Order: sequence, then structure tokens, then C-alpha cells
Amino acid sequence: MKEGIARHVVAMRIAKELQDGDYVNLGIGQPTLVANYVPPEKQVFFHSENGVIGVGPMPEPENEDPDLSNAGGQPITVIPGAAFISHVDSFALVRGRHLDIAVLGGLQVSEKGDLANWIRLGRKVGGIGGAADIARGAKRIYVMMDHVTKDGEWKIVNQCSYPLTAKGVVHTIFTDIAVILVTPEGLVLQEVAPGWTAEEVQALTEPRLTISRGLQEISL
Amino acid sequence: MAGRPVYHDPLDAIADIPDGAVIMTGGFAGRGVPVQLILALRERGVKGITLITNDTSGGWGGRVDASYLIEAKQVKKVIVSWPVPASTAVITPLEQQLLAGELELEVVPQGTLAERIRAAGAGIGAFYTPTGVGTPFAQGKEVRTINGIEQILEYSLAADYALVHAHKADAYGNLVYRRTARNFNPPMATAATVTIAEVDEVVPAGSLDPESIVTPGIYVHRLVVKKG
Repeated sequence: MKEGIARHVVAMRIAKELQDGDYVNLGIGQPTLVANYVPPEKQVFFHSENGVIGVGPMPEPENEDPDLSNAGGQPITVIPGAAFISHVDSFALVRGRHLDIAVLGGLQVSEKGDLANWIRLGRKVGGIGGAADIARGAKRIYVMMDHVTKDGEWKIVNQCSYPLTAKGVVHTIFTDIAVILVTPEGLVLQEVAPGWTAEEVQALTEPRLTISRGLQEISL
Repeated sequence: MAGRPVYHDPLDAIADIPDGAVIMTGGFAGRGVPVQLILALRERGVKGITLITNDTSGGWGGRVDASYLIEAKQVKKVIVSWPVPASTAVITPLEQQLLAGELELEVVPQGTLAERIRAAGAGIGAFYTPTGVGTPFAQGKEVRTINGIEQILEYSLAADYALVHAHKADAYGNLVYRRTARNFNPPMATAATVTIAEVDEVVPAGSLDPESIVTPGIYVHRLVVKKG
């Protein structure tokens, strides 16, 4: 199959959306890459739901603190001016709609912006973690995922077949081949990866895409 | 008021926990886990536990967590947000027991879990939250539109015992935490009939800054000093 852009490039593209002063939660896995690409002139505060506002870069192994991790359990550092809070406060700020943006992974996103990202169909048990609260609570939800599954199946679908994390919450989908905005009128294709056409993206997307009049190539 | 009893052997601190107890254990991703209290529960072999904890996936670089109690088949029901690892490479004891019908599992969104615990400690019976609306987490729950936002009814969650971890306690049981080892420990400390805090150090009353206390000693009944 034709190649899209690399994951770190998707992360760079998402980082472009972050504004100075934003409070942002990055989901476990791919989305954590986004933190690496925030330009130094922007001060973005990263929230980790296990009780940190102001996550800093990953430490060198010799500087790991046994009591300090992100929500994925990876050792982290904190920036000067960080705050530690309990789980109650951490999710109060999520549920109370104080977070500007969350970047989450996705198994499926529907035309209506429903997000499924916690359990595969047929698996008996899955972990929701903080995903349901964060997907429902942050003011803007970006989904970062591959456009189709390894087997080439649609991940952007008319209706999610996997159990939902949250209903009607996704703002924009960033994939290896496209940037797609979720609107009340349906999905709008805003950007395509270099070398890709809108028709090729549509062929890998179940719902009908409206092609933006300002359709562009993904650029950094 | 007298100070809180300080135990040096965790087995003594949990000696009265009966089979069938509802037990909360603090901790997240292996940080802030009351490790010695969990190992003591395992050693004593308390059975039929209803376990309320954030994660039972294990695998945090060999750190002890509440999954040790499931592995030892001491748990009949788990209320948790992150029951199993994301990877399906390993079938955990939790999954085996679940499939064998030996274990009951309730998966709760993490923020809802924290708030249900907080509510119990604060004397609130239930609350409405937008988290989980339109998802499997809303199944069988009352839905109401409040201020134009659909919300579901969630009940508070109390325990007989809360096993928490803190960095320091003073003699009255006031607790301070360290970094992300705080996590679920403060709400859990408020939500149990008996709260037992495992701490790195007990210091004299008056040596912690009153402005810095996260969990006041009114919630804390027993202290255990971590060995070694």
C-alpha cells in the first residue's frame, strides 16, 4: 500500500495546533509524541491524569524518580511551576471542562464524532482508564491514529462497531494520510498527505467526505 | 487527642481485617501503592475481598500492586478502571478467573471512580456526571439532562478498610504525599471505616507545615512505618 506520513510527522502536525498557554492532555501511546514538537516559544502545560499539571521531558535513566510517572507509567520530569494533585482534582479539572485540548488514540471514529478507543470487539475485558472522562471533558478532542487498520479496514466509520468511549466528542482526526474535521454536517477533508488525492483518502474512509474548498497538503 | 497507633509490622496493622471485607488500595501504575500492607494481606490469606483500586494490570517494572491479591485468589470482586494490560500478549490471573467465573469485575471510568470514592467520604450518596453518556458505562443507569447536558447517576463507593500510602505522617495521622504517589490515596483515605496509612516516616506532631497537609489525620486511624 502507498505510504502516508510517519507518526512523528503526524505528531508535529498536531503540535502546530497547540497555542501558547493551552492546557493539554496527551493519551497513552502515540499521542505522547506530540510533546516533543512544541516550539520553545510556546508555553503549553501538559496534564497527566495521575496528578500532574506541567509534565516535562523524559528523564535520563539516572534521574528517574520512583514516585513520578505519567499515566502510562513512564518516568517523567516536571517543569518549574508544575503542580501535583490527587485523582479527585485531576478529574475535576477534566470533567469541569478546564482542559483546552486532549489528543487521544482511536480504534474507530464515527461520522458523528463518536470515539471508540478502549476495547476491541470480542475481547472480554478492557481498560477504560481515564479515557471516557477525558474524551467527554476536554474542550477539544483531537484523535491521532492510523487511517485504516493493519488489515486495511476502515477506522473512520459510519457507526462505531466497538464499544464507545464517548459520544459525539471528536473535533479533528489526524491520520497518516489526512486531517479531517468533524462538523454537524459530516466529515470535512481539510488536508491530505503529500502525494495523496482526496479520492484516495475517500476510498479508505467509510463515510462520505466533504472536500474542503481550501483543501491543502499536510504541511508543517 | 492521643496520637494514632504506629505499627512496625504490617501484619499487626491488618490483623482484624476479616474475610469478605471491602478494601480500597491506593496507587497508580505502581506508584503510591501500600506495598507492605498488600503483602501482609496476601500473607494472612484474607479471602473473598471486594477490591476497589485503580489498576490491576500489574507489570509496572516488577512493582507490587493490588493484582498480587487477585493472583493469590483472595478477591471475589474488583472495581477498577484499568483491569488488564493494553497488550493481549499475556493472559493475566484476573482474566483467567473472570473467564472461569471465579471473579466479578466492574470497570469504572477513572474520574468516576475517584469521584464515587470522594462522594462516599464526603457523605454524598450519588451524583450525576456526563462521563460515560451514550457508552456501555451508562448501561442500566438513570440519565438526566441537567443544565442542558445529559448526565448519568453514579453512586458513592465506600469501604470497610482503605489501605493507603503516603510519604510522611505526623503522630496525629496528618499525611503528606510525594509527586504522583499521591493519586487515589487522598480520596480513599476519606472513604473507609478504617484507614491504614503506610508511610515512609512518622514525624512528631507539629513538624509538618499545617498549610501543606493533604490528608488531615481525622481520616486516618492507623499508621504503619515502611520497613527498610
